[in-house]
Order: sequence, then C-alpha cells, then structure tokens
Amino acid sequence: MGFDQYHEPPEELPPATRTFARLCASLTEEAEAIGWYEQRLAVEPDPEAQAVMRDAQGEEFKHFSMDLEFLLRRSPAWRQIAQGVLFKSGDIVEHGEDAEAETFDEDDPGTDSAPPNGSVSLGIGSLKGALR
Amino acid sequence: MNHLLRSLAPISDSAWDLLDEEARERLTSALAARKLVDFSGPHGWKHSATNLGRTSPVAAAPCEGVSAVQRRVLPLVEVRADFEVSRAELRDFDRGADDADLAALDQAAHQIAVAENVAVFHGWKDASITGIAQASPHELLELGTVADGYPRPVAGAVQRLLHSGISGPYALALGGEQYQRVVETAEHGGYPLLDHLRKILEGPIVWAPGVKGAVVISLRGGDFRFESGQDLSIGYDSHDSEVVHLYLVESFTFHVATPEAAVPLKA
Repeated sequence: MGFDQYHEPPEELPPATRTFARLCASLTEEAEAIGWYEQRLAVEPDPEAQAVMRDAQGEEFKHFSMDLEFLLRRSPAWRQIAQGVLFKSGDIVEHGEDAEAETFDEDDPGTDSAPPNGSVSLGIGSLKGALR
Repeated sequence: MNHLLRSLAPISDSAWDLLDEEARERLTSALAARKLVDFSGPHGWKHSATNLGRTSPVAAAPCEGVSAVQRRVLPLVEVRADFEVSRAELRDFDRGADDADLAALDQAAHQIAVAENVAVFHGWKDASITGIAQASPHELLELGTVADGYPRPVAGAVQRLLHSGISGPYALALGGEQYQRVVETAEHGGYPLLDHLRKILEGPIVWAPGVKGAVVISLRGGDFRFESGQDLSIGYDSHDSEVVHLYLVESFTFHVATPEAAVPLKA
C-alpha cells in the first residue's frame, strides 16, 4: 500500500497534515475491520469461534473510537459537527444539517481561508508526542 | 464567519497559508509546556471554564430547610499578541517572492509561546493559574551557573521524584539561557552534556523560553493538564492602505493535579 494515504505529494504537506492523514487512514482500516467481523460473525456457526471474533471486533471498536477522538481533537470544526450528531436520539440527518449550519456559515466565502482540515485554529494541539 | 473574521482581511488564500505555516513553525519550536503536560481540547471559543469538581460553601440559603454549595471552576484566559504585515509584502508574495518579511509575526509567535510557557511553569496569578514550579512541594534545587555542574542537581531531582513515588520517564525543561549552555557544553572526554542529561532523565530535554532556571517533570501523564478552548489561531483586526493588523490568539487554563510530580531547579 506504500504511502496511499497521501493525496498530495508528502514532501509538500506540513507534518500536522501528514499525521492527520495517517489517522484518517487508520480510522478507515478500523471501520473496514469492524464490517468484516460483522459479516464473519453472521455466518460463523461455531460459538467458540464467534466468541473469539466478537472479542476481536471489540478491539476494533476501541481502535476506531481512539482514532476518531484524535482526529476530532485536531479538527475543531469536525468536532463541533460531531457533537451535534453523535449520541443523540432523533433524526440523524436533521441533526447533521443543523450541526453543519451552526459550524459553518454556508454563505460565507471566507471559510476557504480557514486553516487546513476545516479547522479555525493552526491545529497545533498537543505536542507531547513530538519531543526530540 | 467565525470570531477571527479572517474573510474580511485583504489577504489571498495562498498568503493566509503562508502566514499560518510560518506561525505554526515558530510556535511549535517554542511551545515547551505542550511537549510535557497533558493537553485537553481544543474545546472551542465558547468554552469558558474548567470543572474542578470542587465546591465552596454558600453562607446563606434563600429560605429555611435548604443548604447550598457553589461549584468552583477555573476560568479560561484569552491571550492575544498583535502584529502587522505589510500589504506590499503580501502582494510581492502573491507575485512569487519567496522571502516575505514576517518578522512581526515571528515576534508575536515567540511572545505568545513565552506567555504560555510562563503561565504553565511559573503561574499567572491574575489569570488564576498556579504554575508547576509554584505548586511543587519539593525544595528548590540550585542548578548553578556552570553547565558542567547540571548533572548533579538533575539527578537529585530525579531521585526526589522517585522517592515521592512519581514514575518516569522524566523530562527537563530548560530556560533559554540554560538550554544554550547545555547544547554548547561537552564534558571531559568530549561527551555532550545533552546526552548525559538525557541518560539521567531517560527522557527528553526541551527548550523552554520564558522558564527561569529549569524544571524536571514526570511525563507519565495525569499530573498536569493544559485545557485549551480556542487553540492558537490567527485573526484579523483591521487594515489600512499600508498594513494589515492581525493577531495570534488562544484561550486556555492550566491545572496541577499532582504537585509533587515536578521539581524546580533555580538558575
């Protein structure tokens, strides 16, 4: 797979964007794994094998959630929309539209000048893992 | 449009990218506290306070038969560093110039990073922030003025943390002057002092502009929390025919959960 997660030349991307892209790729892989286990569990008749796979799928749930939380911390706009959609009862699409409208002023061409990843900040966040 | 009002500035998208990247580079090297303490957020511009989980008594209740306590919170402080950029410089950049003069931005980035470091390590009374060195119950160790002598107090600080049950790895935040001394010094036999100190700490050494002396701190996590509301951003203030007035801004607070997890070293 090489460096497939990069859509632009990696050497032109700032480190924060490369990290963001890696975690996006990881999030995708965890979601795929969750889907694969779901299918395997649906067809597996052996209860012991089912238990093993259910446990493995639980790991993927955890990994997916950790990846997602990391990405939301680095992208305030994404986080704000997620806060309007996740863990709420009611109409999912309606919540999504409301959250998007609250986060972005859709008539505002100036959102193009926001920093990368839709963030309103420079996206620096924690540097605890960046020690030399 | 959000509160930064960036779309009102007479700045092209590519020039905004230039300003953001320049600020990011300058800030990342100087933001020492974020390299050592836990980071929570960013929680957004509307986030105003950190929950401390504690209460204060309320003297009088509004009627008989009830009692009350009031929640204590740590309010976030908004920090802003203004700077200006020449419109002629921005126009030249849009024409392809690769040497735009962004000295004022660099200075503002350094200043706001220093403010953050000082607040976290030494506290900021008017903003209700107690710093790591202020909160530490350990006796202040003398770092001295000769870099050759640093290993002894640093090892002493690590020893104190171990005796207090604070596990590692440990890091050393060094003020600007002290950091320069360390990187310039080779001990007897030519062994770099930087490497010797890293071996003692089993962790990194961080350039911490604004820090007075040094601080040895545990990196195990859970001891110090930096809470970010609006993370560092560039906003637009105003412009005239010559310059654009911009600013770097952030909102944050800082809380020490385990005061004994760091030892200050006096310069």
